[in-house]
Amino acid sequence: MPTPTSDTPRLAIRGIRKVYPSVVANDGIDLTVMPGQIHAVLGENGAGKSTLMKVIYGVIRPDEGELLWEGRPVIISNPAQARSLGIGMVFQHFSLFETLTVVQNVALSIPGKLDLDPLAKRIEEVSERYGLPVDPRRMVHALSVGERQRVEIIRCLLQNPRLLILDEPTSVLTPQAVRKLFETLRQLAAEGVSILYISHKLDEIQELCHKATVLRGGKVTGTCTPAEETPQTMARMMIGVDLPACSHGEPEDGGEVRLLIQGLSHATDDPFGTDLKDIHLEVKAGEIVGIAGVSGNGQQELLRAISGEEPHADKRAVRVCGVEAGHMNAARRRGLGMCFVPEERLGRGAVPRLSLTENILLTAYRKGMLFAGLIRFGVAKRFAEECIKRFDVKCGGAHSEAKSLSGGNLQKFIVGREIMQEPKLLVLAQPTWGVDVGASSFIRQSVLDLRNSGTAVLVISEELEELFEICDRIVVIAKGTLSPSKVTSETNVEEIGMWMSGLWPGAKTQGEATHVA
Amino acid sequence: MDLSFLSSILFATVVAGTPLIIVALGELVTEKSGVLNLGAEGIVSVGAVAAFAVAHHSGSPMLGILAGMGAGMVMSLLFGISALTLMANQVASGLALSIFGVGLSAFIGKPYESIALASVQPIRVPLLHRLPLLGPSLFEQQGLVYFSWALIAAVSWFLYRSRAGLVLRAVGESPVAAHAIGYGVVRIRYQAVLFGGAMAGIGGAFLSVFYTPMWVEGMVAGRGWIALSLVVFATWRPLRVMIGAYLFGGCMITQMFVQGSGARVNIPAQFLSSIPYVATVLVLVLISRNRSTIRINSPASLGQPFLPDA
Repeated sequence: MPTPTSDTPRLAIRGIRKVYPSVVANDGIDLTVMPGQIHAVLGENGAGKSTLMKVIYGVIRPDEGELLWEGRPVIISNPAQARSLGIGMVFQHFSLFETLTVVQNVALSIPGKLDLDPLAKRIEEVSERYGLPVDPRRMVHALSVGERQRVEIIRCLLQNPRLLILDEPTSVLTPQAVRKLFETLRQLAAEGVSILYISHKLDEIQELCHKATVLRGGKVTGTCTPAEETPQTMARMMIGVDLPACSHGEPEDGGEVRLLIQGLSHATDDPFGTDLKDIHLEVKAGEIVGIAGVSGNGQQELLRAISGEEPHADKRAVRVCGVEAGHMNAARRRGLGMCFVPEERLGRGAVPRLSLTENILLTAYRKGMLFAGLIRFGVAKRFAEECIKRFDVKCGGAHSEAKSLSGGNLQKFIVGREIMQEPKLLVLAQPTWGVDVGASSFIRQSVLDLRNSGTAVLVISEELEELFEICDRIVVIAKGTLSPSKVTSETNVEEIGMWMSGLWPGAKTQGEATHVA
Repeated sequence: MDLSFLSSILFATVVAGTPLIIVALGELVTEKSGVLNLGAEGIVSVGAVAAFAVAHHSGSPMLGILAGMGAGMVMSLLFGISALTLMANQVASGLALSIFGVGLSAFIGKPYESIALASVQPIRVPLLHRLPLLGPSLFEQQGLVYFSWALIAAVSWFLYRSRAGLVLRAVGESPVAAHAIGYGVVRIRYQAVLFGGAMAGIGGAFLSVFYTPMWVEGMVAGRGWIALSLVVFATWRPLRVMIGAYLFGGCMITQMFVQGSGARVNIPAQFLSSIPYVATVLVLVLISRNRSTIRINSPASLGQPFLPDA
């Protein structure tokens, strides 16, 4: 057995290929990670990053190719074997069990007898050593997203991994939490742990990673040293073309108020939900207002209150285009000129089993698609076809089922459907979540154009960059309360990030703010 | 009302509740793994007839219990193959199993109609059975009654204290996450389904060999369904299953006493017969109405098939 030295790669993979019925997810991928190296795997959604990581972690088996672990060929057939080799993985969609405590969650991935007290002590030690504060006895569903990620990392660290895989780890974190995470990762790398860091965020990769491998369409399109590149050159490797920049006109002043929320409070009856406390918000014609915040701070509840899915007893709490609408349901609010793009595409934004034409009917039927109580399918079909054309939706045609579209294409279709209704007020939740870079910038530009034509737009997003790119004003939601608004050009990521922990001037939540981050 | 009357009501309550406890706890473990097996009624029926036949031919009630358990496991294996391996819809598979099991038991049981088994002597717990009121009703019972108590303790300990139980709950909470950290979701679900089947079979054996030592077609009389609903209304907690089972048994026995006593009550018999169902549901809903306890105790993946991405 060759002894691993510092020039033996910790992990080398050669020619990995994985074919799914409809797509080649990985096509001849090579990758080499050295001990103590932080190695980025960069690519758009669908580039094959997650598949590759699942192959390394033994969740799925490749059709071809080999893995060399510290110089020796290995076949990793399940995650338990990967862990015994010294591979740990932090998943993008957390693999924690909400109804169990932290220590129970950790115990599940550690073999041996169930002895929770000593384990809780070890968790505390590790969390101390790497600056990952978390209380082992709390239930996971009561933790913030940042804390959940710490639990995932601690769970890996307890097994003394020599290779740690992180899949899009920062997508749910505040900028401050990202910084803390980077400190932890640098400390681990200095101790000799190799790190595979999967992301599509170029600035983070530049800041953190020693090496990067870029994937596109399941193939490696290049390797580079991020410190020697610019975000533009890496973006070109990642998507193949230069990114168009969004054009942003000056906001118009003195437009009429299209959405007015006054003193909205709502106690949720979902045990894992967030109560809304005294929300005040104003969105005028011709401006885009963004709501930033870490998920789970009341966004869902606020959206339901605005969209009308959860009507409010007090009529005056929500006004749409000047009309008291607090008590109205979603259809009546749409009748006032409001359109809404929810976060979940399938099931809430579109009905999976219905055709695109039928999905058009769901919200756009007011556009002349009804006659004497009957549906005019011809009008609906033309509307669908125009939407597909104008928003460049890749699909089989207006008759395709909604669920046959990829996430990004379906999102373009849903956003297009709402924009083409020429709303007076458009509410968007996570408009580019899970959408690739090219489609994202297209959606953002469409929203900007809509605003320039005089529509009031409200965007709720976890992507700070996106909000800074398109919004005229930004407010922050934390623990069910809303911060004052800031004109985008007069603030920065640092300040908004701070506010996302509930720490804005005059905030009532200061004492408990620490566990948001 | 004298003491011996109360004591006999209590005795009958415990006897009536016992099969419900055993069947419901088996189903509880199955459901905690995320599998909804609606076939309980059919499994109990087949368990009952198998237990009766074997007890009749061998003369051994113990062998009858084992036969009931075995038959229950075979039935639940059928369910497992359909719902876990072939990924058929769990609700449909379970319903089909119920209908199939009830019919099959009637078919097998034809030659055994109108045969009675010798009743089995209860087991007296030394000293304790002399307690007034409680002694005869709690400590002079069939062995399976004591077994049902042990089962409550065992299932509680298993779910909340043992590693295997933690894994089982994790699988029921999120099979995808459990698979991702390396647990065999399908294998664990099979074990839970088989355990559920074994308990349903034993519950059936209790009915046909001990409770009323004879076989009559349709004698299970919906107890499988009641056990299923007990699990849900008890929000998947073993101790509440016991409360629900005894409550149901108690109301059932009391209304039978009232109807049989010839006392002049101006309440229609149908109404009296419905009391146990209404009362049990009402009480369990009231003690379990807190949404966060429901969320914490109910298996989030219940009824969803799990397909590992290969």
